Amino acid sequence: MCMESNYNLGEDVIRAIKKGFETEASNTGKEILQIILKNAEIAREEQAPMCQDTGFTVVFLELGQDVHIEGGDLYEAISAGVAKGYTEGYLRKSIVSHPLDRKNTGDNTPPVIYTTIVPGENLKIVVCPKGGGAENMSAVKMLKPADGVEGVKDFVLEVAKNAGPNPCPPVIIGVGIGGTMEKAALIAKEALLREVGEKSKDPAMAAVEEELLEKINNMGMGPQGLGGRTYALAVHINTYPAHIASLPVAVNINCHAARHQEVIL
Amino acid sequence: MTPIKLTTPLADADVEKLRIGQQVLISGVIYTGRDAAHKRMVDLIKEGKENELPFNPKGQIIYYVGPSPTKPGKVVGSCGPTTSYRMDPYAPELHKLGLKASIGKGKRSPEVIDAMKKYKAVYFAAIGGAAALIAKSIKSAKVIAYPDLGAEAVHEFVVEDFPMVVVNDTLGGDLYQEGMRIYAVK
Repeated sequence: MCMESNYNLGEDVIRAIKKGFETEASNTGKEILQIILKNAEIAREEQAPMCQDTGFTVVFLELGQDVHIEGGDLYEAISAGVAKGYTEGYLRKSIVSHPLDRKNTGDNTPPVIYTTIVPGENLKIVVCPKGGGAENMSAVKMLKPADGVEGVKDFVLEVAKNAGPNPCPPVIIGVGIGGTMEKAALIAKEALLREVGEKSKDPAMAAVEEELLEKINNMGMGPQGLGGRTYALAVHINTYPAHIASLPVAVNINCHAARHQEVIL
Repeated sequence: MTPIKLTTPLADADVEKLRIGQQVLISGVIYTGRDAAHKRMVDLIKEGKENELPFNPKGQIIYYVGPSPTKPGKVVGSCGPTTSYRMDPYAPELHKLGLKASIGKGKRSPEVIDAMKKYKAVYFAAIGGAAALIAKSIKSAKVIAYPDLGAEAVHEFVVEDFPMVVVNDTLGGDLYQEGMRIYAVK
């Protein structure tokens, strides 16, 4: 799954880039989008990583409550799978064992694993390698409830503007509103797993997604930040109930190499 | 627009004629380095041990990249640019020693832009994320220093027509600001 996700760009991302190509106002921007599509083709044909940054391996597990796992530790098994995939697949090992000592672990472990318990007897595994460049441009802010939806919009626009060319645009912007600080960040990341351009099921949030996408693209940053109208391919918003005192907002940015692979056991 | 072809090493005159937005194809030897390698190089400079640097920066280009491992039968793994601002604290020291260009992606600090004006150097953007495609313009690759850093080791690449765009020129121009100004919807 680690190898598959790094070699094969999803059809939804390809469709979104093609759509951007058709509407892009800048010639350089158009050329860049074409090069990105060509790159995805080469990666698929040669089974080579589309980006040298093959990411922090983020894994989402949905574990059915009727599942009984035998024969060892599930997290250790996932970690072993990551080590095997990154070693055998010639993927870059980008993880250091301590954030300050910074010694490479040599096999891209450990992954970051999030587990939810759900009804049923299946185990769903979503592997989502996340590049460092786009992750570094992400941000969380604890707004005041009085800031409201305008405050949320201003913050998302500010994060996108500050990010500029750094996260390899065209990007996908995941927004998490509500919950606690870490919950907002987590639902922002989960928003990146949505099919690119799929709207929020909440019509009010779907309207905010559309408005933000237009405003972000109208800033003129364009593909790779070199000027144009295709900076973001989509804005995806997730919400969660919030405390009466809080309005947390998280913005998680994904580069155009928006990788994820899913399997249900 | 016809891209400008340049071959390393570069003289002041080669970079002084470049302007923001121009497409350039680079051929010849270039060197790689990311955060960890830059720290070691600049520590050496500060200790006055310039002769111990992995390469003499004069006239050269440094590419901010940490390639993925090389598959059997290939020259190099995927190797697109990493975000440049992390090298900002180190770049002026290298430009002072004659480094003529860096290749990466993303914004540079005012200090780096000033250093490029002062020491006659430019900053190129390669296409971030186009790593499998960029690998095709690399004709040979070898590690020349700091192998313990893995992907962050200093490599010597021989490249042919490696495509990039001028983002900052020797006049202090900045394509990121200029591009945004042109395409912003008022």
